[in-house]
Amino acid sequence: MAEVIIQDATKSYGNTQVIHGLNCTIDHGEFAVIVGPSGCGKSTLLRMIAGLERVTGGTISIGGEVMNEREPKDRNIAMVFQNYALYPHMTVRANMSYGLRIAKLPKPEIERRVQEAARILQLADFLDRRPGQLSGGQRQRVAMGRAIVRDPAVFLFDEPLSNLDAKLRVQMRIEIRRLHNSLDTTSVYVTHDQVEAMTLADRLIVMNGGNAEQIGTPLEVYEHPATTFVAGFIGSPPMNFVTGQVGNGGTSVTLHDGLQVAVSDDTLAAMAGQTVTLGVRPEHLQLAASPEGAMPMTVDLVEALGADILAYGQVGQEQVIARLPHDAAVKIGDRIHLSFAASQVHLFDATSGARLSP
Amino acid sequence: MDRRVTFNHRFLPYFLLAPQVAVTLVFFVWPAGQALFQSTLIEDPFGLSSEFVFLDNFAFVLSDPLYVDSIIVTAIFSVSVAAVALLVALFLAAKADSVISGKLIYRTLLVWPYAVAPAIAGVLFLFMFSPRVGVLSSALTALGVDWNYLLNGNQAMMLVIGASAWKQISYNFLFFLAGMQAMPRSLLEAAAIDGAGPTRRFWTITFPLLMPITFFLLVINMIFAFFETFGVIEAVTQGGPAGATNILVYKVFRDGFVGLDFGSSAAQSVILMAIVISLTVLQFRYVEKKVTY
Repeated sequence: MAEVIIQDATKSYGNTQVIHGLNCTIDHGEFAVIVGPSGCGKSTLLRMIAGLERVTGGTISIGGEVMNEREPKDRNIAMVFQNYALYPHMTVRANMSYGLRIAKLPKPEIERRVQEAARILQLADFLDRRPGQLSGGQRQRVAMGRAIVRDPAVFLFDEPLSNLDAKLRVQMRIEIRRLHNSLDTTSVYVTHDQVEAMTLADRLIVMNGGNAEQIGTPLEVYEHPATTFVAGFIGSPPMNFVTGQVGNGGTSVTLHDGLQVAVSDDTLAAMAGQTVTLGVRPEHLQLAASPEGAMPMTVDLVEALGADILAYGQVGQEQVIARLPHDAAVKIGDRIHLSFAASQVHLFDATSGARLSP
Repeated sequence: MDRRVTFNHRFLPYFLLAPQVAVTLVFFVWPAGQALFQSTLIEDPFGLSSEFVFLDNFAFVLSDPLYVDSIIVTAIFSVSVAAVALLVALFLAAKADSVISGKLIYRTLLVWPYAVAPAIAGVLFLFMFSPRVGVLSSALTALGVDWNYLLNGNQAMMLVIGASAWKQISYNFLFFLAGMQAMPRSLLEAAAIDGAGPTRRFWTITFPLLMPITFFLLVINMIFAFFETFGVIEAVTQGGPAGATNILVYKVFRDGFVGLDFGSSAAQSVILMAIVISLTVLQFRYVEKKVTY
């Protein structure tokens, strides 16, 4: 059993704190994805779990044992690096068996494990080649093979797919998830790509500025984003935000142009007159049957994606994107009216960005 | 894609190449041709007459036991200089690479010796190790070492090797350090996760990956030891005692400009040139193939 428990973990370089007291539990067998923009501390957190960065405060434990003072090799982990970090002067076989040879495993056992990993990853024909003679996808697989042969309790992935082309990335993403399902291990995966995050994760950890903004299943995070940051980061294209004032009684929000939007939220009753941020996902906007009570928008850009089209425009001061059916007749310059269901509206505090809706 | 540049004007490429060709002609081809020509002549000491003797000079040089001694001395000297300079530089670079604060100071200080001319390096060592006034020689004497390189050939050899290697260490150090810093950190991190300790990481990852650089430096150091150490020898031992540090390039100078035997001196420099060219070719053909990935 190897659950990863992070308690009040902090990391500082000199006087600069980059991780601010992070708490998270990743259960045994779970696929956890840490996602966030560059510089949010996600890789640092992963490297702290790996033991490549010292933990400044708090604890990180794996399988019930505190790992803070343990060397990376004693943590029962394996890591796949962004640039693969294959040893260029060794063959694929030597790359995969390097750790096992250091651990002085018997030769037949090493060979058995290498062959097994090569079979799973379809690398059997490449065992005697050097990394320089392999394609990007094959190198990626060798890096995973090197992790598998160690038979670790926890797999750590540091943006492993970011150097691959789009098609290969989708393919490897599926392979990684299959691999995780077939091996009884815990995986922690770092990425800045929210599609990778949504598709791979059992548990999503959305990081921003050294804090975990939200931890939950991908659907929870998508349906109930805890902050405007999470709402804007998860989902593509990002959620639309417009600001407005809460009306009397808290049953509606008035936007800049006087438009009243009905909201079904009793927590707003006490906030009459205050400014809030109203968020609606592009896929929840529809062309309104009548202009009455709908949001008017002048289209300034249309992107046809095939399955649907994205219409860009301004509402008040804010840019708004609507995902419309592919047969919607919308052209640049059109004035369209958009409506949305009250249940699809997310309300956030205008200053803190924290979620107000339940 | 065709990477070749095409010129509209026919003579422009020749014009652009001309300065480089001129430099090569004047400073390499001409003197080398002169040496080749001279090596077939015997000249009287006053330079008034010369006689064509074909390969007699070579036959004379190669059958001279003093010349064979000089070859052995040169082999010991150049291999030692290259080995000492490479090993010490590798050690220093590995240490400097792991230093976290004050990196720049270390690097700058370690590079300084390269700015010192070989002859001056020789004089520095001369002062430090002079049997009469040297600071370090009195320390050695105090330790019970009978230090006098003016009489002891092995000590003289160690001294010139030390002085020459000291100068070359900086150069090697720069290359090694650059090589180590260009290496992705994640390689060593992956090795650390694989369970390799620092020493093991160095010998199984860092060092093999530095092989192309090491090989390049080996060639450069050998050439340095063959030719550019003239200043050190001249300043410290003048080839002595009893020819113990009389390396080939120094013997060329002694026989030619002190002994005024131009024919023999020219023949020696031709041989020296042949040795270095063949060494370099050998190294590039057989060693380089094994060290590139």
